[in-house]
Formats: sequence, C-alpha cells, structure tokens
Amino acid sequence: MDKSSKSKDVKIDVHYLTRVEGHGDICVDVKAGELKECKFKVIESARFFETMLRGRLVYEAQHLTSRICGICACGHSLASLKASEKAIGVEPHADTVLLRKLLLHQEQLDSHVLHFYVLVAPDLLGVKSIIPLVKTHKPVIERAFRMKKVADVACEVLAGRHTHPISFAIGGVTKIPDPAQLKKVHQMMVEARADFEETVELFKKLTLPAYERKAQYVALSNDEEYAFYEGKININGEKLVDVQDYKKVIIEEVRDYSSAKFVSVNDAPYMVGALARYNLNGDKLHKKAKDAAAYLGLKRPCHNTFMNTVAQVVEWGHCLEESIAIIERIQKEGLNEEKILVTPFPPKDAWPIKTKAGRGAGAVEVPRGILFHDYTVDGSGVVTDANCIIPTNQNINNLEADMRKIVPEIVGKQSKEEMTLTLEMLARAYDPCISCSTHILDVRFV
Amino acid sequence: MSKPKPKVAFFEFTDCEGCQLQVANLGPGLLELLKVVDLVNFREIMSEQGEEYDVLVVEGSVASRHDEERLKQIAAKAKVIVALGACATIGGVNNLKNLKSLEEQKKIVYGTKVDPVPDAIPTKPIDEVVKVDYYIHGCPIYGPEFVRVMEHVLLGKPYQVPNYPVCVECKQNENICAYEKGLFCLGPVTRAGCNSWLPNHGGICVGCRGLLENPASDAQKDILAKYGLTVDEILDKFTLYCGSKKESAKYGQEFKK
Repeated sequence: MDKSSKSKDVKIDVHYLTRVEGHGDICVDVKAGELKECKFKVIESARFFETMLRGRLVYEAQHLTSRICGICACGHSLASLKASEKAIGVEPHADTVLLRKLLLHQEQLDSHVLHFYVLVAPDLLGVKSIIPLVKTHKPVIERAFRMKKVADVACEVLAGRHTHPISFAIGGVTKIPDPAQLKKVHQMMVEARADFEETVELFKKLTLPAYERKAQYVALSNDEEYAFYEGKININGEKLVDVQDYKKVIIEEVRDYSSAKFVSVNDAPYMVGALARYNLNGDKLHKKAKDAAAYLGLKRPCHNTFMNTVAQVVEWGHCLEESIAIIERIQKEGLNEEKILVTPFPPKDAWPIKTKAGRGAGAVEVPRGILFHDYTVDGSGVVTDANCIIPTNQNINNLEADMRKIVPEIVGKQSKEEMTLTLEMLARAYDPCISCSTHILDVRFV
Repeated sequence: MSKPKPKVAFFEFTDCEGCQLQVANLGPGLLELLKVVDLVNFREIMSEQGEEYDVLVVEGSVASRHDEERLKQIAAKAKVIVALGACATIGGVNNLKNLKSLEEQKKIVYGTKVDPVPDAIPTKPIDEVVKVDYYIHGCPIYGPEFVRVMEHVLLGKPYQVPNYPVCVECKQNENICAYEKGLFCLGPVTRAGCNSWLPNHGGICVGCRGLLENPASDAQKDILAKYGLTVDEILDKFTLYCGSKKESAKYGQEFKK
C-alpha cells in the first residue's frame, strides 16, 4: 500500500513506542473505515513489587518501592512513607511535611520539563528527538537542561538525589538540608522564572491537535492548596472520598476474558495527571500559573487530552513559585531539627523490631497522576500485604477510549504515517510511564 | 583525518529506567559525550533507531523468556557490552522475586483464574545470558563513574571495579560510622565506587553495588569485631540486593526462602 494514501483500511503497529518511559506498543486495525482493534499494549515484564514487599521490614518499603520508577522515585517514596506511617501509627511533624511538599514539587519540575521538552517538543518541531535540536535550537535545549538542573540540584540538597531519594524516612529526615545549599537552590529557582516565561512563549507558538472527549477526571483535592501531597480523592468534582477508602471507588479487577487488570471509576475509564488536577483544582493555582494558562488558551474544564502537556507547563510555573515560597519560609522560620531528625532504621538495641500492627493507605499526586500505596504491617514491623495503584495503570483505559474516539475522526483524512504520529502523540500526551509496572494491568506479550 | 565515531546504543530490560535517567541528567556532560560518540539508540529520549552499533549499553534485568531472547539478539550485533546499573550487573531489587515461589506470587497478584505472565522467569543479571565487558554498578549508577567507565570503553582499556568496602570512602568523607550511631550498615561488605552516597545523607549502605568478591574474608573486620558482629549477622538483616545466584554464592549460601 502506498504509505501516503489516505485509505479507509489502515493497520498500525508501533512496536516499542519511543520517547516514553517503559515499553508499550500501539496496535490499530481499521477496515472499510470501521475500527476493528485499538490497543495500547504494555510489554514490560512483570516485576512483582507487591509480593517483594511482603516479608520486608516497613522501614525498607520506601527504599524498595522508589525502585518501581526512576522518574517518579520521590513520589513513590512519599506515598510509601505515608502508607507506612498510617499503618504503624506515626504522625510526621509539620516541618517534615513541609520538606516533603518541597521535594514533591521537585518531582513535578523534573519530570514535567523532561516530558514537555525532551519527549513532546520534538513532535511539535517536526523532528525525531532532541538530538537534532542540539544544532538547530541550541538555546531551547540549554534552557531545558537548565530547568531540569534546578530540580536535580534541589533534590540533591533535600534528599541526596532525585532517583531513589536517601534522606526521607518514616517520621522525619535523616539529614537536615544545608542552609547554604538551600540558598543556592533558591537563587537558581529565582533565575528559572525567566526560563519559565520563555517556555510559555515557546508553547504559545506551537500548535497541539484539536480534539475533544469529555473524560472522567480524578485527583487529590484539599481546601488549602493545589493538592499534591495531601487531600481527599476528588472524583469529577462531584464526590470527595477519604484516601483510606480508596478501594470503594477505585475498582481494580481481573476479568475472565482478558489477561488484564482493569482500573475504573463509576464502571468507566478515567484520566489522572496534570490535566485532571487542573480541571479539578485549577482555581488554587499560583497567579503566575493561572496567567500562563490563560495565555496558552487552557480553560477549565478542558477536554482535549493533548492539552495535558500544556497543563504540565502551567504546573511547572506553579511548583516553581511554591518551591520558592517554601524555601523562604524555611529560611525565615527554620526547621525543628530535634523533632524531625531520625535514623533510617531503628537502632540495633531496638531489634527485634516492634511496631503497632495495622493497615494504611497513602496517596500523593506524582507527575502522571494520583498514586496509591497500601500496606498491612504486623507487630514486628514486617509488611504482610501490599497494593500499589500507579497513574499509568489508571490512564491506559482512558488512552484506549481516546484512541477509539480519534481513529474514526482521522481515518481517510490522514495518511498512515500521519495517523501513526497522531496516535503516538496522543499516547505521549499522557506521559505514560510503563516501567511503573507492579501488577501491570494489561500484559500481552507480543 | 578523524576516525568515524563509535556508535553507542542503549537498551533496557526489566527495571525502573532510573539509570538511563542519570545519563540523560548529565546534561552538558551528555553533550560532551555526543561529541565523541554517535548515539544511535536511546528509546527513552529518541525516536531514531540505528541498526548498527559498536557499544551496547544494557540497563535492567532479564525477567522473562522474551527478555532473554531479545537480549541475545541485541547483543549479537555489539562489539562491546556494558551492563548499566544494579538490575543489569547483579539483578538489583528484582532479585527479591527469586526468594519466593514464582507461582505463589502470580496467584497473589493476579488470582487463580488467569496467568497473564506465562513468560515470567526468575530474575537474572545480564551476564547469566551474555558476556559482559564492563560493569557500572549501583542503584542508581553514580554519574561520575559512568563517565569514567565510558572513557575506558572508548579507549579500549579494561575498567577495574573497586573491590574494597564502602567504609573506605565513608571514612574519607568523614561520616560518623553508622555502627557508632547504633545502626546496622552493609558498608563493610559492599563494593565501593559510589562515594558512600547513602551514609553521606544520614542513610545506611544497603548493598546496591553488590557484595565484595569474598565478603567473609575481605570485610572490614575491625569494624565488625569492634561491634561484636559477624558477616552473616549483618547480611541477614538486609537482603534487598543479594538475591541472585552470584551474590548469594559470595555469601557462601543460598538465602533462606
């Protein structure tokens, strides 16, 4: 078949989708303009994190689960710490919470800039990767590296490193961030404001595909702030549910006819991530972020999935301003070292370890959406049961629903190559992170 | 006349992709590397895919038959193979899966009705499948060591992974010994090379770079003697990274299932 013809019969098979984290395939089959098959196949090997956790000490849990994902390592750590603390009855000090919120902002800064510059921008600039942009758009690439560096340095100062943070522990931190280093981070962040403005200008010039499908949106929400670290589960702005009751609304099931674990809300797919957060909590964004949203044409509610990338740009501005504000507060009020400095494990004389037995769920917003960890711990500090629900697992059903909507809209109008690119861009808009596969929901080996 | 630049390809198997992210995070350092090599495959950040390559950098463990076959095919084209990160070099945390029955774990995760992962096998570091020329240990890798190893690769010289304990670096960094703070730490039995990353930030070493070649005889005996501990005792506490055949053989026994 002529590649450029706009046939009503199209078979698309993208093996190993690039510029995403983890392994996924896109398979679409259209016959006589009618959609026969439409799948996003996850082909990562199973890792069995939930069973690995069983039998481990709860103090190891956050170290182990941060290894679920190198990109969202801080988010996994924090969801894990929240679940662990809830299970064994530890209440972290307000200053610990403040440092965790600051760290979580760095995760969004780091991951979002990677997504919108390195993974998405090449599509919008008509190239295959950032490598050719090094020659043609050098200032853009340098800016991307500079923006990413801010978050990397901040993570180093706060937690020792971004991928697999070291110093965040149950009940506190194992090292107080050095004030001189924090000052340096603050300076870098103030300077990054100009880079944010340039980024907004760049995205103003780029055109995302026009598309609309009203989805369900789920994110954490609270009254105080644009929620990342804490809140209740907000379902479509209609219902708020306590995180401990997540299993009542977020339904995971194995279905007989398919080797898949489906995640649904109200018996239907739903979307999590920057666009879901923006739709549900956008009124609580920092003013500069709100201004950027208005300038980039992002309005609530937005039902164009491709705009998830723009919502990430907007969140970048928000997280930068919030980070600056938190550091200034720490500089002014200091941190209660006595209350928040802890050891990573109980000391030798406290072995064999004794803890309260119990179960706890922890949820945080990571770059790609709401993340749940849920542990049961026995009286000797050993995890006896664990469950994790990863944002990409939640998004895949919604991505397939988007594919089913968009394919009939573009078939016959776009060539096979153009259709492939549109579908790749759609998948990338979710910023899928497939390496986060615990009990992968949709494993079909090809 | 300048010689053609060596072609370098990155491929990943079962892992978190955090080690490739450390490479991407080199930023200006990555741009320097691109001056001397041609990056022909790096799926996490590139859509271009080259067919030919000289240096193959592999991240991740082998955890399915599909992984195993794919690794053999990919490796057949390469002149030099570099294992990137703990999952590739020693199996990483993926090894924990090997400490329990795979069938039992499938039942726990997926129930008894279906087996969506019939392809799964016990985790292997990549050198159980292909010959490895260079090892970059760590979970994640330590950026400066990546650069050092790549220099050796490009010059065609062997790279010697340090075979002395993390304690050596920890002392150079003037950290207070974890044992002095009443904590357990795997530093005395773990390969150095990370600049004692965890102890520098108030943490304890969990052994991510793998055990010393012969921990029972090479360990920091003075530290263990001072605190009345044996190698077995401290290894019993922390087995996050020690589940592969290779690692448990160093320890002198199979880990308790």
